[in-house]
Amino acid sequence: MKRSFKGLFYTPYILWLAMFVIAPVALIIYYSFFDIHHQFTFSNYRVFFESGTYLTMTANSVLYAFLITVISILISYPMALVISKLKHRDLWILLVILPTWINLLLKAYAFIGLLSHDGLVNNLFGFFGIPAQQMLFTDTSFILVAAYIQIPFMILPIYNSMTDISDSYIRASSDLGASKWQTLTKIIIPMTMPGIKSGIQIVFIPSLSLFMLSRLIGGNKIITLGTAVEEHFLTTMNWGMGSTIGVVLIISMVVVMLFTNTKRKGRRS
Amino acid sequence: MANRASKLGKIYIIVIFLLMYIPIFYLIIYSFSNGTTMANFNGFTLRHYGELFADKRMLAIFLDTILIALLSSLFSTIIGTMGAIAVHNTKRRHQRETLLSLNSILLVSPDVIIGASFLIFFTALKLPLGFWSVLLSHIAFEIPIVLLMVLPRLDEMSPSLINAAMDLGATPAQILSKITLPFIQPGIIAGFFMAITYSLDDFAVTFFVTGNGFTTLSVEIYSRARQGISLEINALAGIMFIFSLILVGIYYLIENHNLSSGRKLDRVEVPDR
Repeated sequence: MKRSFKGLFYTPYILWLAMFVIAPVALIIYYSFFDIHHQFTFSNYRVFFESGTYLTMTANSVLYAFLITVISILISYPMALVISKLKHRDLWILLVILPTWINLLLKAYAFIGLLSHDGLVNNLFGFFGIPAQQMLFTDTSFILVAAYIQIPFMILPIYNSMTDISDSYIRASSDLGASKWQTLTKIIIPMTMPGIKSGIQIVFIPSLSLFMLSRLIGGNKIITLGTAVEEHFLTTMNWGMGSTIGVVLIISMVVVMLFTNTKRKGRRS
Repeated sequence: MANRASKLGKIYIIVIFLLMYIPIFYLIIYSFSNGTTMANFNGFTLRHYGELFADKRMLAIFLDTILIALLSSLFSTIIGTMGAIAVHNTKRRHQRETLLSLNSILLVSPDVIIGASFLIFFTALKLPLGFWSVLLSHIAFEIPIVLLMVLPRLDEMSPSLINAAMDLGATPAQILSKITLPFIQPGIIAGFFMAITYSLDDFAVTFFVTGNGFTTLSVEIYSRARQGISLEINALAGIMFIFSLILVGIYYLIENHNLSSGRKLDRVEVPDR
């Protein structure tokens, strides 16, 4: 009786896992072995690994995502640290959350205006005597705008892990004569590693596939794995090749997850 | 706890907050500009808002977006909470780890993969693309975040609460409704709001599974933004900003309410330590 009651909770969840997690992943792997004429083939993978273009694109994509993640951590960590020490920190963290409630596309659209030839940023440059730059459709603006969008998602997990640290650790460390810097590097940073790792998980992987940003801010010059998948699925209708790139993305995702999960386990035991 | 933020730290967060909010206010300010681009402010006007409200198509898209967000959050909260209870009840460590890893797949998957794989999935099922495919996709990708918001509350719950209830003869249904659900309620509400955020913010997945007839705001903004700047989108940004403020306000009120009731529960927990 108790058992069947518990089983009730499993059913919808397991059903969801099977239908929307396992089946789609299986289907995408299955499709990656078919060419555009629905013939079974390994050619998609051969093309991917033999033609330089796909490999360069993958390397570029990973590099972009890496830079976006690093910039977000560098900006977010001090943010989270200071906010966790403020008096009305709940209110301040709300200010961090608020931009995440603004539609992603609207934020990207704002930057089209900000970075345009007569936009605010160029006006500021003009004020300091710097000639107007072409900023839209460059790598730098793509990376900075992506980091802008990801920063709140990096701050939140780090902030959460900071508020989990009991005040007594901080007090103990200063009682034992640790400097502020030592407290930060020996206590706070190690204890917030889980937060940093989940931040990396939340930021790095989506950054591989921000195709709307690379289209709107990067122009058509920046081709990431995400743009390639979108193009193959919705424009050229070559689902097989799109799925192959998708499988590569899935594998990189698994690598990142293993990397961020195993360590957590190690810490616990 | 309050204190100890250095002056430098405060300046730092103010600068970053300014950078975070300038693009948003820039958008909204230009929604009142009597011009056609986001370059020169040409005097105050409400013209763009007028155009926006007269735009029947936009209104329909707006309502569809809200409907999808609310419905998908509701269903994903129910299934996600059940999932959290299921994971919590899984005592064998590696089974639990497996469930949790499977759970986070959709959470860490790039949205293009979710979109593309759902597109294949719906096509294989011969489900027509449109409202239902978008709704199902949103429910699907919101479930894991709800689970992650609820599970920590469940794990925090002291087992002695349940044991005591069982000793006193409570049925499983009573334990669920009188003890477990009230205790994890803050997590459930946080999960529901996160789900709404995810739904409203989603572009990529919807873009893949939406087909021709049905559109959400994100997809509409994308196709308009690709054509260039139109201050009607700025007006839309203004309205959505107010809308977000209201949602955040509600969320904050609920959280505060929970905090005061949460403290009582914490006190219950202390004796068994």
